[in-house]
Amino acid sequence: MEGRIHSSESFGTVDGPGIRFVVFLQGCPLRCQYCHNPDTWSLDGGKPMSCEALLAQFQKNKMFYQRGGITVTGGEPLMQTEFVTRLFTLCKQKKIHTCLDTSGCTFRAGNQAYLTKLDALLAVTDLVMLDLKIMDAQKHRQLTGADNGGILDFARYVSKKGIPLWIRHVCIPTLTDHPEDLAALGEFMATLPTVKALDVLPYHTLGVNKYRELGIPYPLQDLPPASQREADAAKQQILAHFRKARKQ
Amino acid sequence: MSDFYKEWDGFESGTWMKEINVRSFIRHNYTPYDGDDGFLQAPTKATLLLWEQVSELSRKELEAGGVLDMDTEVISTITSHAPGYLDKELETIVGFQTDKPFKRAFMPYGGIRTAKRACQDNGYTVPKQTEEFFTVHRKTHNAGVFDVYTPEMRACRSSHIITGLPDAYGRGRIIGDYRRVALYGVDRLIEDKEEQKRTTRSAMYEDVIRDREELAEQIRALHQLKEMAQSYGFDISRPAANVKEAIQWLYFGYLAAIKEQNGAAMSLGRTSTFLDIYAHRDLEKGLFTESEIQEMVDHFIMKLRLVKFARTPEYNALFSGDPQWVTESIGGVAIDGRHLVTKMSYRYLHTLKNLGPSPEPNLTVLWSVNLPENFKRYCAKISIETSSIQYENDDLMRFTHGDDYAIACCVSSMRVGKEMQFFGARANLAKCLLYAINGGVDEVSKKQVGPEFTPITSDYLDYDEVMRKYDAMMQWLAEVYVNTLNVIHYMHDKYCYEKLQMALHDKNVTRWFATGIAGLSVVADSLSAIKYAKVKVIRDESGLAVDYQVEGDFPKFGNDDDRVDEIAREIVHIFMEHVRKNHTYRNSIPTTSILTITSNVVYGKATGNTPDGRKAGEAFAPGANPMHRRDTNGAVASLASVSKLPFIDAQDGISNTFSIIPGALGKEDRIFAGDLDVDLDCVNGACMTPTLFDDMDFDDERRLPHESNR
Repeated sequence: MEGRIHSSESFGTVDGPGIRFVVFLQGCPLRCQYCHNPDTWSLDGGKPMSCEALLAQFQKNKMFYQRGGITVTGGEPLMQTEFVTRLFTLCKQKKIHTCLDTSGCTFRAGNQAYLTKLDALLAVTDLVMLDLKIMDAQKHRQLTGADNGGILDFARYVSKKGIPLWIRHVCIPTLTDHPEDLAALGEFMATLPTVKALDVLPYHTLGVNKYRELGIPYPLQDLPPASQREADAAKQQILAHFRKARKQ
Repeated sequence: MSDFYKEWDGFESGTWMKEINVRSFIRHNYTPYDGDDGFLQAPTKATLLLWEQVSELSRKELEAGGVLDMDTEVISTITSHAPGYLDKELETIVGFQTDKPFKRAFMPYGGIRTAKRACQDNGYTVPKQTEEFFTVHRKTHNAGVFDVYTPEMRACRSSHIITGLPDAYGRGRIIGDYRRVALYGVDRLIEDKEEQKRTTRSAMYEDVIRDREELAEQIRALHQLKEMAQSYGFDISRPAANVKEAIQWLYFGYLAAIKEQNGAAMSLGRTSTFLDIYAHRDLEKGLFTESEIQEMVDHFIMKLRLVKFARTPEYNALFSGDPQWVTESIGGVAIDGRHLVTKMSYRYLHTLKNLGPSPEPNLTVLWSVNLPENFKRYCAKISIETSSIQYENDDLMRFTHGDDYAIACCVSSMRVGKEMQFFGARANLAKCLLYAINGGVDEVSKKQVGPEFTPITSDYLDYDEVMRKYDAMMQWLAEVYVNTLNVIHYMHDKYCYEKLQMALHDKNVTRWFATGIAGLSVVADSLSAIKYAKVKVIRDESGLAVDYQVEGDFPKFGNDDDRVDEIAREIVHIFMEHVRKNHTYRNSIPTTSILTITSNVVYGKATGNTPDGRKAGEAFAPGANPMHRRDTNGAVASLASVSKLPFIDAQDGISNTFSIIPGALGKEDRIFAGDLDVDLDCVNGACMTPTLFDDMDFDDERRLPHESNR
């Protein structure tokens, strides 16, 4: 079975615990205004590669990954669920730690066929890193072009299965850092029993060049990058509400 | 000869009592430490006062343009100068190279011209008389070498196909076993050397005559060592009786070496675990407190930070700065399976906190997967805070060098007191490739430097043809290179012999003949381009290939791609095989290194356009690094490429230098420890999730220590 691979990074240190082999899959249904990898959007691009070939790359240098593992991100990895399932299944046979870095946006609660496929993937997933962009549905549509109902359902679904969750949130001044949005995020996180970590990233503009190269207008043209301080402050706000909700 | 000294009381006996054998002493007496850094002590008032004084002098030195004071009158020897101090009352460990700190000594034996220029360029004048003495009456190493060089050697030197030769300065890279001074006292070492001299062969072949003369020099140096220590008020004829004396004795040994030699790298060895044995004994006896011992270590390391030599601006350009390479090797694992980390390993690294970060001494951790977890974490923490620790692969080197080797300079490993090396600069393999294409004509000077082989005349380069010619050109280069080094080391032994350092070696020393390679990734990528893309030659009016046009893409070294990595491996092997074909001075064993850390810039400057698309003058990548920005699959792939290079052919070391912005090296550690668990713990007063870290493995310990527990 082959997947469409955008690229791989042999020394991933920010996409899960330890040093990780990170696979970027091609294709994403979201169009987040601040996306820094617009080159991964298209469903047509990418290089076809087999699970075995990817795993062989990992195995060649496995001594580096002893405390890390493999992370599949994208793009949106859930666009190629069966491929990731196959890859992770092979990984688990070799006791390799697996991390799924997703937006959760493809989740369909009522769709049994979909859930069966997803269950198979989650059964071989050690950690889910979930990007929660904003809690307000309307704002979410504006920011990403899609609804967030499925994403929140996905978070609950994963957590219910007992799979550890790391939440990521990008702090974009004026867009995602309103106190009520941060409060809502903290409160929602408190309802997820397996949430283990929160990482708030400052919005950066390193992806702007890619837009230029691809000839896509950059939606947040005039927005300056966020500072680490702003991100830290946002994190503290989210956590304050998280703790308050958990205490009750 | 006495078998037992009262200073050894409390030590477990072993062969070390019967013979000079520091490794045996360590093996029988050291105490591995698995604990954490909780025992470490802050700097004492005296340490802070002294360091303040040093900082002030450093500031003045910088203001003065890099040199504060130079001696031009006194020729530096072990006993040439009266004692020097920062503040005699405060210093627990004493001794400077001259009669005061920050005053650089005059050392002309490597070459009077270089020594003179080092003074002149810094605004000091060498007396005419001295210059005349070392020109007319006393020959130097440099003069000897140039008496013997062939025109071909000179041509190679000036065209920079061989660069950085130690023919005008001290070769360095020799580590005396300074621990012997502390463990045995100088008298016992002299006895041993006298015995060695008594037992040489009696037929006076040239090598026997040389051995006897060298032993006589060594014995004289040991007497001078005693005399120097005496001038500071210490009798080091006997063994050191406690940790303070052990550090002082050991430092006197090292100090004598740096008063005698201005070597390209004057490394210290592997002393921490040795000294810990004394510290451990004294702590148990209640002789010193931990704070007192840390103070001694701080003062000792402070001295090592103040090692200074008179050098020329060119020398500093070659090495990018004013490095001394006072390398100290810490940690590692013993052959019997125990790790060699002791409390003293921590105390050494702790000086980076007590005195602040510093490139010198070059504290080098011999890394093994079997080092204790606590120590790994501590190293990571200090690395993050100070960026001042070098790491080397003990698991790789232990296999060939055992468990009592140390690093000279940055990566050259040698058994302490048993092995030394003849340092040999580098051959520029990228330029050699251009010579192969141009039939031995230098692409920059347009002179015939190499042999007049038939140049390549086709428009496009053919891999097999290039390889054939390159092989022949490497054979030529290896020969002239090895022979140049033979001349250099013969003359260094003759006119600038390291008598004190060699006095702290066994009688039968293994000598490494350390060649070096520059431009490996340029060569690998060039050959890859020729093989997997099309390389068109651009020639000047005289028909000389001066530039190359690459058509199409090709695999580049540093991406874990076997197609090109195999080429790199093969080149190292072929070159080494050519080196091995040659006679080497004093039966030394040829090896090579791929480790330019700074001089790659200078080598690149002297080399024309190369077939990989690199432009003339552009720096080579350092060591075995991929060329800048050509590795596109991340650091692990880059390291994987480098790790395919054959260590057996390059035992003198392979380096891959990379720097990384902190943000790309993982998150703040708490996130990766599952920071919410920690937070909740604080909120609820009880651990909500009992399996706090079970399902969330710690990040790699080399990079992320966990201060949250402290």
